[in-house]
Amino acid sequence: MQDAFTTEGYACRVVDLKKEYVLKSETVRALRGVTFDVPTGDYVAIMGPSGSGKSTLLNMLGCLDKPTSGSLWLGHDDVAKMTDDQLAEIRSQRIGFVFQSYNLIQQLTVVENIQVPLFYQGKALTAAQKNRSIDLAKMVGLGDRLGHRPTQLSGGQQQRVAIARSLVNDPYFILADEPTGNLDSRTTEEILQTFERLNNEGRTVILVTHEDEVSKRAKRVVRLKDGRLQWDKINEQQLRDEAARYAIDNMPVEV
Amino acid sequence: MAILLGTIGLGIKSLWLHPMRSILTVLGIFIGVASVIWLLAISKGIGDEAQRQIESLGADTIMIRTVKPPSEKMSSQGLTPYGLTREEYDMLVATVPTVKSAIPIREMRRQFQFKNRKLDGRLVGCTPEYADVTKLEIVSGHFLSDAENFSRDCHCVLSARVAERLFPFEDPVGQRIYMPENQDFYLVVGVLKPKGATAAIGGSMAAQDFSNDVYIPIQTLQQRIGDTVMTMRSGSREGEIIELNQITLRCSDVSEVKKTAELVQAALSSHEKMEDISVVVPLELLEQARTTRAMFMLFMGMIAAISLLVGGIGIMNIMLATVTERTREIGIRRALGAKRRDIVRQFLVETSVLSLTGGILGILFGLFCSPAVDLAREFATAWFPKQMADLPEVVRVVKPSIVPESIPGAFFISLAVGLIFGIYPAMRAAKMNPIEALRHE
Ligand SMILES: Nc1ncnc2c1ncn2[C@@H]1O[C@H](COP(=O)(O)OP(=O)(O)OP(=O)(O)O)[C@@H](O)[C@H]1O
Ligand SMILES: [Mg+2]
Repeated sequence: MQDAFTTEGYACRVVDLKKEYVLKSETVRALRGVTFDVPTGDYVAIMGPSGSGKSTLLNMLGCLDKPTSGSLWLGHDDVAKMTDDQLAEIRSQRIGFVFQSYNLIQQLTVVENIQVPLFYQGKALTAAQKNRSIDLAKMVGLGDRLGHRPTQLSGGQQQRVAIARSLVNDPYFILADEPTGNLDSRTTEEILQTFERLNNEGRTVILVTHEDEVSKRAKRVVRLKDGRLQWDKINEQQLRDEAARYAIDNMPVEV
Repeated sequence: MAILLGTIGLGIKSLWLHPMRSILTVLGIFIGVASVIWLLAISKGIGDEAQRQIESLGADTIMIRTVKPPSEKMSSQGLTPYGLTREEYDMLVATVPTVKSAIPIREMRRQFQFKNRKLDGRLVGCTPEYADVTKLEIVSGHFLSDAENFSRDCHCVLSARVAERLFPFEDPVGQRIYMPENQDFYLVVGVLKPKGATAAIGGSMAAQDFSNDVYIPIQTLQQRIGDTVMTMRSGSREGEIIELNQITLRCSDVSEVKKTAELVQAALSSHEKMEDISVVVPLELLEQARTTRAMFMLFMGMIAAISLLVGGIGIMNIMLATVTERTREIGIRRALGAKRRDIVRQFLVETSVLSLTGGILGILFGLFCSPAVDLAREFATAWFPKQMADLPEVVRVVKPSIVPESIPGAFFISLAVGLIFGIYPAMRAAKMNPIEALRHE
């Protein structure tokens, strides 16, 4: 089994991943052994009740935190064994993260925000990288707002900047922790369509959500409970299309 | 390099989010650096002035002064002779081999008159070398000569002020001035250039003021006035019997001064009981003054350093507040790939920008020390002439002189302040767990 283990064709492979938080009075076991694979080009929605370990898992996938045990294969490396600096390196090189609360840097403009991960790759930006960040801003529909600051943008616009930023370093996958949690249904739809488009272009998307409407749009749903994988199922294409149509039909009318 | 420039640009942007706060922080460093430069420049100016005064006494000279002995050592009836004698003068000249030249000096207060103009001043009997040793310069006529001394001529040389007071209109050279106390006339043969005061020498003496002096040959003085001098002072008669007020010895070399001084002290040990002479060695004063000056500058430097310290604490305070305030930003940066050291660098760049801005402005302002002090003095003299006149001489005339080392010194100190006081907040920022930092509101 071990000899046959390959990372080829996978965005990531998670093997018996455990995470414990040691507090003064107790030890919280946030993840109690999770195993699953994400093939390249997949679109996964992670669901589960509050406190089930969704964010913990996503942070681990995003190399923001180290697992207590188990392995996490990104590319050819097991990041579970890496040092703090190596993890930072991977974050700047190959991770795209989208947060519920956008997390843009206030004193930077739209383009500058998009370029932040490149900045931490330790090299001066190339002309190609600069062009790419502008193209990404255009791709998310903010080509005319390059010099704006986050405070001058709506929530949906800010989240689109965050998505552009998550793509700037050509990541293994886009990780999104409740990306639509702060948005109304119209803006949610905008963001979901952006994800869909990116997935159609071959990007791997992993998002955490509470909403069925959101999870139905993904290709696959993984449900966590008490730090364990409860179930893992594929959404039929028909279900996804229906959900998309339903969302558009029930969009509140603009007044 | 581009990365560092980027970080600096970013730092300035972040600091500019709170312009007022940043400016006040810069102000703290600015004041610290400017005061380092100012205090050092002013204390150097004061020290230089003291040194100049001592130097003008001559580093190769030794002065032996007659001082009035304590009253219990004088006999209660009649006048007791005291002080240096001509015999001792001859003995020193004959026996101390390292003495190049020696000047006997007798001084007394006298009134000088020309026509109806009167002036109280100091009559100085001396030999021709006196002009050379005390660096007196002639503007017209000549200084006293050996021949005039030898033939006991009634000739005199006037200091600039005496000439100006007694002869406001006429050329003094060739005129005769009158000394009423001795009922004697003296022919003016020379006039001196104005000269500043020299350092105070010996315990009891004030700074030597040459401005009201009239010089005559010492032989003339001895013959025509003698050793006993009676003066009327506020109604009561006072008298003294003194042969010489001062002997100025000039050594053949500065390196001989200390040895010679010891020899002289030994030769004049008979005066120890009377306590009626004091030996002044300008070289020693000079060395003392140098140490005093170094101490003074160190002290001033420390005061200035304290203000820099306060400025540094200001930076630390601001940066700690900033770290808390920007916890979330730090979390975002860490999540997007910043290493701990990137965060440390970002905060250190910000503190360095603050402290270096303050430092450079402080240096620029520091360079204006001299003109600023002059200007302040001018204003003070114009508005508070009385109070200014009461100030000690050094304060009135001090010319700040910028210590060259203080400029690069101040630059590096301000950089160091930025780094030292920035390191703790920066470490605190970098130590944060990115996930927790992201959760921070
Ligand atoms: N830093 C931490 N220290 C201690 N316990 C933690 C920490 N982070 C998470 N936990 C615990 O781990 C468990 C999983 O938390 P997690 O944030 O992953 O839940 P979640 O599924 O994202 O919940 P939600 O839907 O509310 O966001 C919870 O019980 C939580 O209290
Ligand atoms: Mg969560």
